[in-house]
Amino acid sequence: MHKGNSMKKTFTKLALAGLMASTIIGGAAAQEDTIKVGILHSLSGTMAISETTLKDAMLMLIEEQNKKGGLLGKKLEAVVVDPASDWPLFAEKARELIEVNGVDAVFGCWTSVSRKSVLPVFEELNSILFYPVQYEGEESQRNVFYTGAAPNQQAIPAVDYLMNEEGVERWVLAGTDYVYPRTTNKILEAYLKSKGVAEEDIMINYTPFGHSDWQTIVSDIKTFGSAGKKTAVVSTINGDANVPFYKELGNAGIKAEDIPVVAFSVGEEELAGLDTAPLVGHLAAWNYFQSADTDANAEFIETWQAYVGDDNRVTNDPMEAHFIGFNMWVEAVEKAGTTDPDAVIDAIVGVSVPNLTGGYSAMMPNHHITKPVLIGEIQDDGQFETVWETSGLVVGDAWSDYLDGSKDLISDWRAPLSCGNFNTVTGKCGGSGS
Amino acid sequence: MSLLKSFLLFIGLMACAVSGPSFAQSDAEALRPLINDLAKGKYAETEKQIGELVATGDPAVAPALEALGEGDLYFRKSDRMVFIAHKAGKGYALTDPLTLEPAGEAGRREVTKIKVNNKLRRVLRSALGSLTLMAADPQVRQAAAQAIFKAQDPEGIDALNAALAAETDDGVRKVMEEARAAAVLNSDLDDAQKLEAVRTLSDMGNRDALSLLIGVQSSADGAVRDAATQAITKIRKSIAAWDAAQNIWYGLSLGSVLLLAAIGLAITFGVMGVINMAHGEMVMIGAYVTFVVQELIRTSAPGLFDYSLFIALPLAFLASGLIGVAIERGVIRWLYGRPLETLLATWGISLILQQAVRSIFGPTNREVGNPEWMSGAFEIGQMTITYNRMWIIVFAMLVFTGLMLVLKKTPFGLYTRAVTQNRRMAASMGIRTPWVDAMTFGLGSGIAGIAGVALSQIDNVSPNLGQGYIIDSFMVVVFGGVGNLWGTLVGAMTLGIVNKFLEPYAGAVLGKIFVLVIIILFIQKRPRGLFALKGRAVEA
Repeated sequence: MHKGNSMKKTFTKLALAGLMASTIIGGAAAQEDTIKVGILHSLSGTMAISETTLKDAMLMLIEEQNKKGGLLGKKLEAVVVDPASDWPLFAEKARELIEVNGVDAVFGCWTSVSRKSVLPVFEELNSILFYPVQYEGEESQRNVFYTGAAPNQQAIPAVDYLMNEEGVERWVLAGTDYVYPRTTNKILEAYLKSKGVAEEDIMINYTPFGHSDWQTIVSDIKTFGSAGKKTAVVSTINGDANVPFYKELGNAGIKAEDIPVVAFSVGEEELAGLDTAPLVGHLAAWNYFQSADTDANAEFIETWQAYVGDDNRVTNDPMEAHFIGFNMWVEAVEKAGTTDPDAVIDAIVGVSVPNLTGGYSAMMPNHHITKPVLIGEIQDDGQFETVWETSGLVVGDAWSDYLDGSKDLISDWRAPLSCGNFNTVTGKCGGSGS
Repeated sequence: MSLLKSFLLFIGLMACAVSGPSFAQSDAEALRPLINDLAKGKYAETEKQIGELVATGDPAVAPALEALGEGDLYFRKSDRMVFIAHKAGKGYALTDPLTLEPAGEAGRREVTKIKVNNKLRRVLRSALGSLTLMAADPQVRQAAAQAIFKAQDPEGIDALNAALAAETDDGVRKVMEEARAAAVLNSDLDDAQKLEAVRTLSDMGNRDALSLLIGVQSSADGAVRDAATQAITKIRKSIAAWDAAQNIWYGLSLGSVLLLAAIGLAITFGVMGVINMAHGEMVMIGAYVTFVVQELIRTSAPGLFDYSLFIALPLAFLASGLIGVAIERGVIRWLYGRPLETLLATWGISLILQQAVRSIFGPTNREVGNPEWMSGAFEIGQMTITYNRMWIIVFAMLVFTGLMLVLKKTPFGLYTRAVTQNRRMAASMGIRTPWVDAMTFGLGSGIAGIAGVALSQIDNVSPNLGQGYIIDSFMVVVFGGVGNLWGTLVGAMTLGIVNKFLEPYAGAVLGKIFVLVIIILFIQKRPRGLFALKGRAVEA
């Protein structure tokens, strides 16, 4: 009996190991005295370019935590899966992490569509997801913590900067054709109009993923810019398409002094594939730049470069978001004394941890965090130089104040309200949106 | 230590000051405190300081301002002296901003960069414009005039008047007159002068002029406004014609990119009938070869950088060609006549190749630089032509011609055509058909490899590079007519131009969909594409 049971166990283990061998690093041979952390980032396919770095950053953070003695007296163990840039696969892999591997928290996703795909899974299985990328807002979910920027922590301050400091009056909103740029541009359009910008002074343009022929659009921007008013481009162009876009801008001789481009998806990592000399002065808005001059950041960069064994590897904003999110989770688990999701979800609100730009970020009741907003100009060494920053921290706003149907909503996951979309007009939970 | 350094510096400065003309010495020393004040603080103060430097009207401050604009101006933390600094080894080599003599070295942490932002760069540009209008080099004078044009600074009118009186070069004079017109329109001079200025801009006739005139139209009144309105109508008309020409150029450029991506496929798919889903990865491998070559040149022979593409071309051809031959010998030859299996097998190979490259080179983009001769743009009339696009069109045509020659004029081409048209007859005539298959597949893959060298100049070099081109390539080959290289050429150019004419109206996303719909309809009407191959091969 005893023998048969253990045989059966071994067999199950073997089968499991065989099944997971291709996807799991760190072993299926589960040890009972570890706390497991799931990492859900694409390691192949289109998004591998951005997400692989985040996987490495998470592995580094977990290793560092283990060096400090782990968590609740146990070691942390990373479970890495590869959802291969395939959105439905994200949901399957998330289920696998929670049900099969029994992880206590998941750090992952990049695109909004992948996040939307895993939401029902986290809700159903009541687990925790930390989402590290700037996104379009209009969402607040009990099981998800948004450590990237909401539109009011990136897009709106960037537009304010251009309006006030550069005197921009005409706007090109250029983006890749999917949910993040479309929603962000809708918010920006409403915001610009509320500031008195006329309809004909806004040009909106969408391009497919991976668009590589930018000639027409760059020349359209040039034409749009020659109407006697200061013009700027607000770019929500995502991923691979940025490199040919900037190459075309550089070659067409569009200088930042004449038509500045401010980007929300271009960081140090994206610039790594580019000669940035012709792009000096174009802008990006983030909550972190590698050039941030603080001791915490210097230490983070050093640890990172040592971890990947490359002195030229850059750091970027979503990495900082994972850094903040991971430390918040650690602190919340210590506070709750358990990794039980319900306890951690209750404990994490109000937790405040140092960020890398010299301040503290706190988890708010709407599951978004407080961050400083930085505007940086591209330098010829591929880094950004901060030219402006908000005087204090900005609280992430889940529901935009500039969209109809969203401006009346608030989110507060503390008891007794405990609602992600409370309508302040009707006084009911479940106004609109998700 | 720092005292000693300052002392040495002082000696050095004295030495060069003594060797120079005496008036320069007194000027330089009078300006130095002003220059050092640039290191005072925030942007607003730097801007004020720039104003004071410009107010001296001394061209000697120009180099310092230029360096400031380029981000090369630093101050030394120990004594807040300002220097022009360039990276040298681990630290910086310092240059005196006034005498332009070397001023020793400094470690990375000893100096701090004086920050500039876009606003300051604009201020600097117009400041430099007024300072360098009388420079000896006509190109510098022209750049100065252009800077004033952009700034539309009425303060520049007097300087321009003086410069115009002394100007001997007709080209520069014209730019100066345009700059003067721009400044006049922004000043409070009388209407007669402004009318004259509007006329100058109307003759200039480009977008910059249009931009200024639209501004005048909304701010001025009376005769000036009418003249501006007339000029705007005139310029718009001429620009519309140029826009059409520009669109055709964009279309040709997109077409040549499509041609490069598709021409290898035209051989493997068009001539051999193999549905090769790994074609895009051959293009990607070519691009990575370019990256490796440039990387080697950067570390061992930086002087050769401008020739990197020529070195990469044969290597890319070999690398992709050999991988192509290996794929044909290893996989595809077992699957001839089974298109579905070939499709799946090659798709698998494409995934393997992508992941292999991702593991070797990492998932992030790799930087492939543009050689000097492929950077920048020039203008024909109101049309902007970028060098990289132009050379890619030329290159695509060369590749096409070369391939045509190989297929039509060499024994190998003869064998290939024979095998394509009637495999069994060719075999009976003593042609080793398996060898021809392997070589033809290698040729097609090799061509894809050199296409990768060209595409690395405009697209990003990442493991996904090939995926973006595979659908377009099949579209071109099917549309142009399977088995016909001329069809591929005409197909690529037609699709390019149609796409570019649709894009301004329909947007990039819808434009692409329209093109796809047009092709589907066209294939319904003519299933064999533009140039259908006639003969027995078709029935086979």
